[in-house]
Amino acid sequence: MAAEVFGNVVERCRAEEEELLGRWKEIVAESLRGRMTGVELDKELRDLLDALLSALAAGGGTDPGAEAYGEVRALLGELSRNRAHQGFSPRETAVAVFALKRALRDRIGDEPGFTPLTDLIDELGLITFEVYTRAREEVISNQAEQLLELATPVVKLWHGVVALPLVGTLDSARAQVVMEKLLQTLVDTGSEHAIIDITGVPAVDTQVAQHLLKTVVAARLMGADCIISGIRPQIAQTIVALGIEFGDIATKSTLADALMLAISRSGVDFGAEMAKRGL
Amino acid sequence: MERIPILKIGNLLLVSIQVDLQDRTVITLEEDLAEKIVATGARGVVIDITALDIVDSFTGRMLATIASISRVLDAETVVVGMRPAVAITLVELGLSLEGIKTALDVERGMRLLSARA
Repeated sequence: MAAEVFGNVVERCRAEEEELLGRWKEIVAESLRGRMTGVELDKELRDLLDALLSALAAGGGTDPGAEAYGEVRALLGELSRNRAHQGFSPRETAVAVFALKRALRDRIGDEPGFTPLTDLIDELGLITFEVYTRAREEVISNQAEQLLELATPVVKLWHGVVALPLVGTLDSARAQVVMEKLLQTLVDTGSEHAIIDITGVPAVDTQVAQHLLKTVVAARLMGADCIISGIRPQIAQTIVALGIEFGDIATKSTLADALMLAISRSGVDFGAEMAKRGL
Repeated sequence: MERIPILKIGNLLLVSIQVDLQDRTVITLEEDLAEKIVATGARGVVIDITALDIVDSFTGRMLATIASISRVLDAETVVVGMRPAVAITLVELGLSLEGIKTALDVERGMRLLSARA
């Protein structure tokens, strides 16, 4: 049982709690180099030590996944997340937990229950690693999502003409978002012409071309007309080299040309208009 | 059984699909439409699928069949009001509805047809 494994470690720790905490804080403070205030650190470590000792006293055993350690795990998770947000490395976070071992060795190193207790602390230290990684992954996936939303504005260029300036690499997930957003805008604005501008797309491979073609066909099914513009010379060469067929889809080298085509398709006589303005 | 109403507007016929399509409904619609085109001498058919939010290959084929029937009877078909999700699904299914005209809404569809009539 837990009591046998740890001997009377818990009692001794409780008796020397203040000294233990002082030593622990000292070691952690060294590695923090003044990035946290003493008061914050004191509260954090005190809560953690208190929760750990309570869990041990309640017979938590050697398994840190046990129910008794629920509060300890929650505190560790919070500590790890806070440190991650403050820009600490996972190593520094884990060292803060492992420092408890050094503090314990200094105070009660002669106790027989000391070794199983350090094993337990090792496990707890690893928990901070896991939480840290998870917190980081959350941040990354949030950013990826935000990037998707940021990078796909649909702009209205003219009455009944919308444009989608694509910037950055087009992968399947992004192409899907782009496609849905463009089609939805066509419905919302009642636009009959859409221009997909790929000036900002660094490379066009068969996959990207496939996505573009799908978008154009879907727009056609809805009764709108798509023009692809912003095809740079290198991209034109790649498209031909890859044998991609755009079929009867209108392609233009610049957005201006595409806009002109779209406007004249919607019934404006561009030649007359330009002549009238002396252009 | 549900029947899809076919409305006559000028020399056009308007079919507005507002219910989930069953095989039987579709077959009845094809028959009704063929009869109505002949009876009214309509020059165009507008199929409004604004209310349709689920499609499968069957629906895609139905649209193609109706268009073919109308063409044989010298009437042109325009499919209007297709939702983005529906369009994406049809493209993913590989159905690009070749030869069928499309428009964003009923108004544009009717304008498209009357421009040709």
